[in-house]
Amino acid sequence: MKITLKIWRQDGPKSKGKLETFQLNEVEQDMSFLEMLDMLNESLAVKGERSVEFDHDCREGICGQCSLVINGQAHGPESHYTTCQTHMRSFKDGDTIFIEPFRAKAFPVIRDLKVNRDSFDTIIQAGGYISALTGNAPEANNIPIHHNISESAFDSAACIGCGACVATCKNSSAALFVSAKISHLAKLPQGQVERKERIEYMITAHDEEGFGSCTHTGACAMVCPQEVQLLDIARMNYEFNRALCKAT
Amino acid sequence: MALNAKEPKGALKDKWRLYNEHKDLVNPANRKKIDVIVVGAGLSGGGASASLAELGYNVKTFFFQDSGRRSHSVAAQGGVNAAKNYQNDGDTIYKMFYDTIKGGDYRSRESNVYRMAQLSVDLIDHMTAQGVPFGREYSGYLSNRSFGGVLVSRTFYARGQTGQQLLMATYQAMMKQVKKGTLTQYNRHEILDFVLVDGKARGVIVRDLVTGKIERHSAHAVVLGTGGFGKIYYLSTLAMNSNVSATWRAHKKGAFFANPSWTQIHPTALPQAGDHQSKLTLMSESLRNDGRIWVPLKKDDDRLPNDIPSEDRDYYLERRYPAFGNLVPRDVASRAAKERMDAGHGVGKLKNAVYLDFRTAIGKLGVATIKERYGNLFTMYKKITGIDAYKEPMKISPAAHFSMGGLWVDYELGTTIPGLYAVGEANFADHGANRLGANSLLQASVDGNFVLPNTISNFLANEIRTGPIPTDTPEFDEVEKAVKDKLEKLLSIKGKTPVDRIHRALGKIMFKEVAMSRNEKGLIWAIKEIKKLRKQFWNDAAIYGEANGMNSELEKAGRLADYLEIAELMAKDALSRNESCGAHYREEFVSEDGEAKRNDKEFMYSAAWEWLGKPDWKLHKEHLEFHDIEVKTRSYK
Ligand SMILES: Cc1cc2nc3c(=O)[nH]c(=O)nc-3n(C[C@H](O)[C@H](O)[C@H](O)COP(=O)(O)OP(=O)(O)OC[C@H]3O[C@@H](n4cnc5c(N)ncnc54)[C@H](O)[C@@H]3O)c2cc1C
Ligand code: SF4
Ligand code: FES
Repeated sequence: MKITLKIWRQDGPKSKGKLETFQLNEVEQDMSFLEMLDMLNESLAVKGERSVEFDHDCREGICGQCSLVINGQAHGPESHYTTCQTHMRSFKDGDTIFIEPFRAKAFPVIRDLKVNRDSFDTIIQAGGYISALTGNAPEANNIPIHHNISESAFDSAACIGCGACVATCKNSSAALFVSAKISHLAKLPQGQVERKERIEYMITAHDEEGFGSCTHTGACAMVCPQEVQLLDIARMNYEFNRALCKAT
Repeated sequence: MALNAKEPKGALKDKWRLYNEHKDLVNPANRKKIDVIVVGAGLSGGGASASLAELGYNVKTFFFQDSGRRSHSVAAQGGVNAAKNYQNDGDTIYKMFYDTIKGGDYRSRESNVYRMAQLSVDLIDHMTAQGVPFGREYSGYLSNRSFGGVLVSRTFYARGQTGQQLLMATYQAMMKQVKKGTLTQYNRHEILDFVLVDGKARGVIVRDLVTGKIERHSAHAVVLGTGGFGKIYYLSTLAMNSNVSATWRAHKKGAFFANPSWTQIHPTALPQAGDHQSKLTLMSESLRNDGRIWVPLKKDDDRLPNDIPSEDRDYYLERRYPAFGNLVPRDVASRAAKERMDAGHGVGKLKNAVYLDFRTAIGKLGVATIKERYGNLFTMYKKITGIDAYKEPMKISPAAHFSMGGLWVDYELGTTIPGLYAVGEANFADHGANRLGANSLLQASVDGNFVLPNTISNFLANEIRTGPIPTDTPEFDEVEKAVKDKLEKLLSIKGKTPVDRIHRALGKIMFKEVAMSRNEKGLIWAIKEIKKLRKQFWNDAAIYGEANGMNSELEKAGRLADYLEIAELMAKDALSRNESCGAHYREEFVSEDGEAKRNDKEFMYSAAWEWLGKPDWKLHKEHLEFHDIEVKTRSYK
């Protein structure tokens, strides 16, 4: 396949960026999208040019390190895939592909296609945990949890923290990400004690980090690779209102 | 230097308790005067970081991803073992110890393995309390599955994402400590070398991967939880940036490296599709519960799999191992696949795969049941290959997966450098010559959460009067200079061969001769080829860009330089062991029916290699003694 690439290049957070054009003539259908970028970088290395910086690690859709907006879509053309799971068979010979970083005020560009997502860590630091210190735990089977509740908590806990929801949202809101953690912990009996503080602190951190508000468009859930549900956002709002009215 | 494993005296089952009763402690008020550097935020490093910070030590944690939650523990699918005996199927701590020692082919240390089995029970409690949504029965109680090589159900799981869920709990515990101010995390930082002061590990030289800045950090002790190095094979189930650099550079500073050649090759990964391939995705071992593995009976049979009738299929695992069938341990299954492929029966475009077929199971149980059991794996298979495995058998192939070898550690998880500890996959403990499924999430978590925070106090108790370690000393100057010189040297090569291309070539050599099956001739050839490749790298690698700025090619090059050194030691280690055991299968040492043949008289030891420079090594032996288990031949027939 012959592919034309229009890739965002930007030296640093404060530099101005621009699209640069590259041509690859020997792309194969079986290649993953990132292997196609590896091929590009190899060709740049041979010419002594600086490689295109992009984030990736596990390359199997679970670590959340890969990002990229491909032809305007976070994580590429297939719904609920990560960029690293996207393959070139989703494109045609002769295609032009636009590749840009995840864009949001809270995700400043570091270089080229890499962005800084430290704000996600900050939100979790605010309260996205259960404060059971090592050595505190009771026998695991002392607290039975209904199969369906546990499964539903898993659905929320499955979030890989990639940030595609933010990159997709017209308000750059991290509502889906925050609601996934809120829901995971609120659904479990172990998460009850810190329920009120958790939602208050996490929402405050979300706003302080510069993410926008949720206006319920639902675009985030269309791209989320783990299919985190919009219902989690509803639950987050419920938790927030509950915290306003209740002492614990 | 003689190896001292520091095993506590007393009966096996009492050792850990006795150790804790007699070790030295650090007064809580003194802990905040003590700095500990942890490298790695996976289950082992992350667990150690959170637990040490909870105790009140000043912890600094370094890792190369942008968040600790992305450490490769996240990719573990299948589960984590614990001897809870919830199933009432007769499981005990001793049984788990027994299975682990046998699975490792009698090449691990009894006391460490027993402790891991003991602490497994607490780990499930700990993780449940942290909010891990383990699989549950409709009664609300925890559920278990069965894994290869054992006869009980002791594996706890969170769907096909157990590692992710355990890591989330660990990461969250770390984040809590960050907020409290007891833990400082350094993301996108890579360890490049270690600083020793008076023989003790006192600091690290790191590179900020965003700015390229070289930084000095000091501490009273350093803990490595840097994971496995299976990425040396280039194609592996590991993450793209997994590396051996941290442990290797510790090795070059005096830490012995044990059993470096023992690598687990997992039988069920997706095969390579072409030269461009960068990664082999694992398909969980659990698929072998319902999938049948076969190859065409005829060589180079070009028919589509569904057109090949039963009589023309060779279900070679069922044929060779009637008792365990498709569920033989990983090393046995991988070798059997290689044997068939080498004999010309491989399938797929590159003839590098075997079939994993669900037709029989679907016929018996229906598509719905298979979907419920393995739905996420079938979806993953489809995302990567574009093929619907409900209709057509999967193509699978062996892939490098887990490093049983690692830094040699004693009972306290201390390396041969005082003050330097290694936890999780980075050390060599517990798994012997072959790791059982679901035992390494356990080992990494237990090392980090329960063992290290308790053993390190024995060392730190002597440090309460030391005071902060200064970084403006000749020791730091010297190591920093060496690190900078090396980076400059890499950038001055300005050659023509891309780093990945050299890495792929290394991977090919290693997978051919230092993987599933080894022989003297092949290993000698491999050492020669590795040396050639190392020369080519230092003469012609294409590394451009700058050192003081973000530069992923430079990062990759630094890691490859280390791989090119340990590769030689791996081949040497394999060559020095004239026996077959676990994953180490030497073609010269096999029984009449082609199975691995141990030589306990001469090789009942762990090989701990000391770096002598140049590269050259000296072998030290930790002789293994088995008092609580009868040493037998491992058979799955
Ligand atoms: C695909 C896959 C599936 C698996 N499935 C299972 C399973 O089902 N059950 C099971 O028990 N085990 C499984 N394993 C094995 C198990 O997941 C690992 O052995 C274990 O998670 C390793 O944890 P760790 O903390 O030692 O290392 P990791 O989680 O790999 O963490 C390594 C850390 O070190 C850091 N690091 C490394 N090098 C440097 C450096 N030079 N500088 C700075 N930081 C560095 C990294 O950033 C990272 O934070 C699986 C492994 C793989 C690859
Ligand atoms: S909610 Fe989905 S899209 Fe958002 S960070 Fe989590 S996994 Fe990514
Ligand atoms: S690289 Fe890990 S999710 Fe894509």
